[in-house]
Amino acid sequence: MTDNPIVLLEKVEKWFGQNIGLHDISIKVDKGEFVILLGRNGAGKSTLLRILTRLSKPNSGRVQVCGMNIQHEPEHIQKKIGFVGHHTLLYAHLTARENLHFYAKLYELKNSKEQIKTALKNAALEFNADRPVRGFSRGMQQRLAIARATLHHPELILLDEPYTGLDLESAELLSDQIQQWLTEGRTIIMATHDLEQCFGDVSKWVLLDKGQIVETLRGNVSVIHRRYRQFLQSLN
Amino acid sequence: MKFFNQTTTVLMKEILSEYKTKDVLISMLLFGLLVILMFNFAFEPDSEEIRNFGPGLLWMTFIFSGLLGMNRTFAGEKENKVLEGLMLSPISWNSIYLGKMLANLLFMLLAESIILCLFSLFFNYAIWPRIEWMAIITFLGTLGFSAVGTLLAAVSMNTRMSEVMLPILLLPLALPVILSVVLATTANFSTPTDQNSMIFWIKVLIAYDVIFITVPLMLFDYVLEE
Amino acid sequence: MVLLRKIHGSLTLLTMMGALYAIFVIAPRELTMGIVQKIFYFHVSAAWIGFFGIYVVFFCSLIFLIKGGRQWDIRAASAAEVGVIFFTLNLVSGPIWAKPVWGIWWTWDARLTTSFILWLIYLGYLMIRRLVENPEQRARLSAVVSILGSIDAPIVYMANRWWRTQHPQPVVAGDSNSGLHPDMQVALLLTLLAFTMLFFYLWKTRINLERAREDVDILQQTVQYHIKEAR
Repeated sequence: MTDNPIVLLEKVEKWFGQNIGLHDISIKVDKGEFVILLGRNGAGKSTLLRILTRLSKPNSGRVQVCGMNIQHEPEHIQKKIGFVGHHTLLYAHLTARENLHFYAKLYELKNSKEQIKTALKNAALEFNADRPVRGFSRGMQQRLAIARATLHHPELILLDEPYTGLDLESAELLSDQIQQWLTEGRTIIMATHDLEQCFGDVSKWVLLDKGQIVETLRGNVSVIHRRYRQFLQSLN
Repeated sequence: MKFFNQTTTVLMKEILSEYKTKDVLISMLLFGLLVILMFNFAFEPDSEEIRNFGPGLLWMTFIFSGLLGMNRTFAGEKENKVLEGLMLSPISWNSIYLGKMLANLLFMLLAESIILCLFSLFFNYAIWPRIEWMAIITFLGTLGFSAVGTLLAAVSMNTRMSEVMLPILLLPLALPVILSVVLATTANFSTPTDQNSMIFWIKVLIAYDVIFITVPLMLFDYVLEE
Repeated sequence: MVLLRKIHGSLTLLTMMGALYAIFVIAPRELTMGIVQKIFYFHVSAAWIGFFGIYVVFFCSLIFLIKGGRQWDIRAASAAEVGVIFFTLNLVSGPIWAKPVWGIWWTWDARLTTSFILWLIYLGYLMIRRLVENPEQRARLSAVVSILGSIDAPIVYMANRWWRTQHPQPVVAGDSNSGLHPDMQVALLLTLLAFTMLFFYLWKTRINLERAREDVDILQQTVQYHIKEAR
């Protein structure tokens, strides 16, 4: 346990009008951890991730990423974060290469041509690099979205239900990539509402419901499966 | 410097996107052409009337087709939520505003140049002798229109009837621009050119542009926030 | 609090009656225009309060953006709803007065044009409030629009003034501050005062209504929650 957590949330609150988005959220994530946010739809998983990316502002509470307060130095922090959400964030009329080139410029990457080439190779998209994204399949788009999100080699990777709608091949590719990232020492926070995929080295599972943390679980996948199913049944 | 680079990146991307699709320019040009056609039938192409109404008709054409272009500013961002991609990046959100505003300015100026030629053609209106001042007036007017329009396009994009909201919000707010450009153009085209009047309205345009680029820059963050 | 409201309401009513008395009894009949001229008091006062309202909305919107807090958003929105009524009154009373006196329904002089444009801006503001679902976003977007509108207002007015000095048009309202009979001035000031008090009264009423609505919403949700728990 280090004193320099990658992510620190203290008593974070977020509401939408009268509805609670997040209530009294306090989480600590250390470098290299793989944290999974578990919960039903509307539990607050996406909201939490969006607050970490600056897309959403909390109503109160402290949000620190890589030791810096996200409100004070957003641009600095965003260089260290990669986000893959429900939408691909890709420009449909531009080619894969042009999309990556654009983001490379936004993130001020040096030696971008080489980096883009490598990223396309890792995403198995070298032969489609100069086709407009419009024509890509869902799996291809997701792979490109992930390439876009990790082009700048972020320390912290946030994934919001990334396996949704993926074919088997793309899903396996994603799992391999997650493993690769963990080996490289990156920190990953992933939100999901189903446990069908097998995740290996998860540090902890945070169970959310109605915007609050129900409990934090540790252990192997089958234990978590059982507990989660118990929880879902208790709600009915 | 960094801000300048970020703005340029956004601007170049807008230009690249437009180059691939040509949506905005084609629709603006077609619409402008149609409006000129309508005016041609609505008004007898008698030289006296055209002399009087010319500047007003011209600017109405510019503005209607400009509105079309403005609508597309953020409409294209809804697909795949690419605007979020921009907001996630380590850039100042103001560079998004400025990049898009300059893109709108560029596209509008392009369309306006062509519409101006068509206008001159169909109405036998001699523009060329007064072209320098015309260029300045057009630039300043379009700049002001684009500055407010881009901010309001970002506002309307979040509403249910976004294509309707934009003109409802933009036209009243842009009234000083509309008034100034028409009066400056009229002064420019009168024989001889009414220098005093024209310079006066150009000054008004400059003042408006300064205010309505500064204020949106201060407000843009609030519009994008979730 | 309720007592204060009642006092406010009664005072407003009294001032209104005083103003009416001043208009119809004290102020003399205008020579050329006759009794129709009496509309002038309402027309001008409504315009003043409309303008005042815009700046109330501006002020509340600014504080909302800087400080946050739902209260300021409610205040801004309520002021807009009340202010638009006064501008509507102004715009409707204009033609009613102008037609019998000057023979024209409307003229684009600086004041009327600015009122019209500001009325449109008010409407734009209110439309945004109807068309945005998310309450926080609704508050922020309408605040931005009202700030733009308020900054634009003086520019619109000046631009129209300069236009009219270059191309003089029939001045319909006359210069309302030039050569006004002292009794007429009294009537005008009283009407202005009455309208101001009315604005504040209506504004507070609207704010209270909105708060009550929110309370009802919360109660509804609490009840539903307890019903669900009981099952």
